[in-house]
Amino acid sequence: MSFLTYLINGLSLGSIYAIIALGYTMVYGIAKMLNFAHGDFIMVGCYIIFSVSAALSGNSLVGIVIAVVLCTLLGITTEFIAYRPLRGAASPLAVLITAIGVSYLLENVALLIFGADIKSFTSVIKWEGLSFAGGELKIQGVTVITILVSLVILIALQLFINKTKQGQAMLAVAEDKGAATLMGINVNKTIMLTFAIGSALAAIAGALLCSAYPSLSPYTGAMPGIKAFVAAVLGGIGSVPGAMIGGLVLGIVEILSKTYISSQLSDAIVFGILVVVLLVKPTGILGKVIQEKV
Amino acid sequence: MKIDKKTKSNLITYGIVVAAFIIFTALASTGNLSSHMKGLLVPMIYYAVIAVALNLCVGILGELSIGHCGFMCIGAFTSAFFSKATADIIPGGIRFLLAFLIGIAFAALFGFLIGIPVLRLKGDYLAIVTLAFGEIIKNVINAFYVGIDKSGIHFSLKNAMDLGLDENGIVIVNGAMGITGTPHDSTFTIAVVVLLISLLVVQNLVNSRDGRAIMAIRDNYIAAESTGINVTRYKMMAFTISAAIAGAAGVLFSHNITTLTASSQYFGYNASIMILVYVVLGGIGNIRGSVIAACILYTLPELLRGFSTYRMLIYSIVLIVMMIVNWSPKIIEWRKRTLGKFNFRKNSGKEIA
Repeated sequence: MSFLTYLINGLSLGSIYAIIALGYTMVYGIAKMLNFAHGDFIMVGCYIIFSVSAALSGNSLVGIVIAVVLCTLLGITTEFIAYRPLRGAASPLAVLITAIGVSYLLENVALLIFGADIKSFTSVIKWEGLSFAGGELKIQGVTVITILVSLVILIALQLFINKTKQGQAMLAVAEDKGAATLMGINVNKTIMLTFAIGSALAAIAGALLCSAYPSLSPYTGAMPGIKAFVAAVLGGIGSVPGAMIGGLVLGIVEILSKTYISSQLSDAIVFGILVVVLLVKPTGILGKVIQEKV
Repeated sequence: MKIDKKTKSNLITYGIVVAAFIIFTALASTGNLSSHMKGLLVPMIYYAVIAVALNLCVGILGELSIGHCGFMCIGAFTSAFFSKATADIIPGGIRFLLAFLIGIAFAALFGFLIGIPVLRLKGDYLAIVTLAFGEIIKNVINAFYVGIDKSGIHFSLKNAMDLGLDENGIVIVNGAMGITGTPHDSTFTIAVVVLLISLLVVQNLVNSRDGRAIMAIRDNYIAAESTGINVTRYKMMAFTISAAIAGAAGVLFSHNITTLTASSQYFGYNASIMILVYVVLGGIGNIRGSVIAACILYTLPELLRGFSTYRMLIYSIVLIVMMIVNWSPKIIEWRKRTLGKFNFRKNSGKEIA
């Protein structure tokens, strides 16, 4: 039974990674940039929920809504000020370094406002959870809700991308910016929309992450951000279902290796899995193989 | 004697380093340098060394690596292990030289081994795998215990007790606690010599037949391959040399601090990214730029400790603004137009991007 509990915990952590990875993978697929600041959007979302909950004496639902709205605005603003001027720069590294700069900026603003001490985050989910087999197998409420939320987001995103005009525009921009422009698609607006969705997802992931692991500091988002990026690469960067699979694999491997092998080596194992998968399939599990032409 | 343009440029680089060395040494010996600043001299140089190493990988070879601090970590730990294990047996100077050779050899070995799988990948996939290897190295060293006694060297991945040492045995690498009490052998002079040697190696490589092959691969690997260049061989060569130089930086690092731990602050992906920032701001492919950028960008935040609360905030804003001003296509165009009016010397294309 304990194995099942760990597996479900892994699934839950994996779902959080998956939600973050979805944001990463969409932005990468369309803007072809690694948004290193994505992890810090999670942290911003958490601090907003934390502050709003404190101000409204524990009303976390309002907090989540405000966090999603503000993170979306933050994502759009960042894209507009920091990333858009560098589109078409001579080296793709330019926008990468700028993203790192944005990441430092967000961390340090949070450090100035909230201080370096770790805040204890009150879970946004009050539900106790399910209990099976006469109480032997308990699943926490936050675990169930995390898994459900990630499934809903995955389905909604798939429908949005494949069934709506805006979604199709995203696919077109990801495929070929020039051709998309010729088809009358506003590339800038489409990229902005992608950033908005990615940042909103980061805020939701933040709420779930801090509900499951309730310690909040300016660096909370950094490591989950990197791991979610690893998940996105593992699944095949640019692929929405791939990000989901990558996230789940990563979460389960992390929890199981922490439990059964060594808590110190768990990160090494997680990154080791990435290396092995990429050696077998160099573009990730669901990544497209692009034939290079001379 | 006629000196060609490239040799001249290389000589200028060495000249700058030597001049800076003389100035700082003179300042230090006349007591014009605060003790805080004195403490920054060696770190400044080893960051310059690793920036040169990373520029070889990113600028000359054209492969983005965000795990170079992993190689620095290997160099630091292997050399510190050697120095501590032989502290009483071998006299200082020779020991430090041997420590260098060992640190560099191990970093090169790991660069070679990691290069075999990594260099098969491309672009961002390659970058993320270097990040993964960097984190793996850091994590494994954090869980690594090595002790020494009469019967030899003992390893463990569990804890110090598991080593099974006899009474006289000593634990040298103590997991997350790292290595304590490495001799302080790194001096500013040695650090500058290491920097000069790394510059010599990299600049001569760039101007050699092999270097041209490496740059041909960077610019268009299909064209390079079709002209008979062995792509894998040259990629491995550049990557291994880059790892070896990063290892040398690690040796300087470990012999400059009392307690060496594989912490994220020094060896995590954040540290690797910080060095990437030096390389990009110094000019991708511009070796001299890397040295200057590393020295300035390392010391600046340290000197701004007075405004400690705001210094990283200012640093991040400066970083964003500099990147936009330097790289935005629109701003570059605007700059060219405005400067053209004043008939300034045209941008001589010193950045090989």
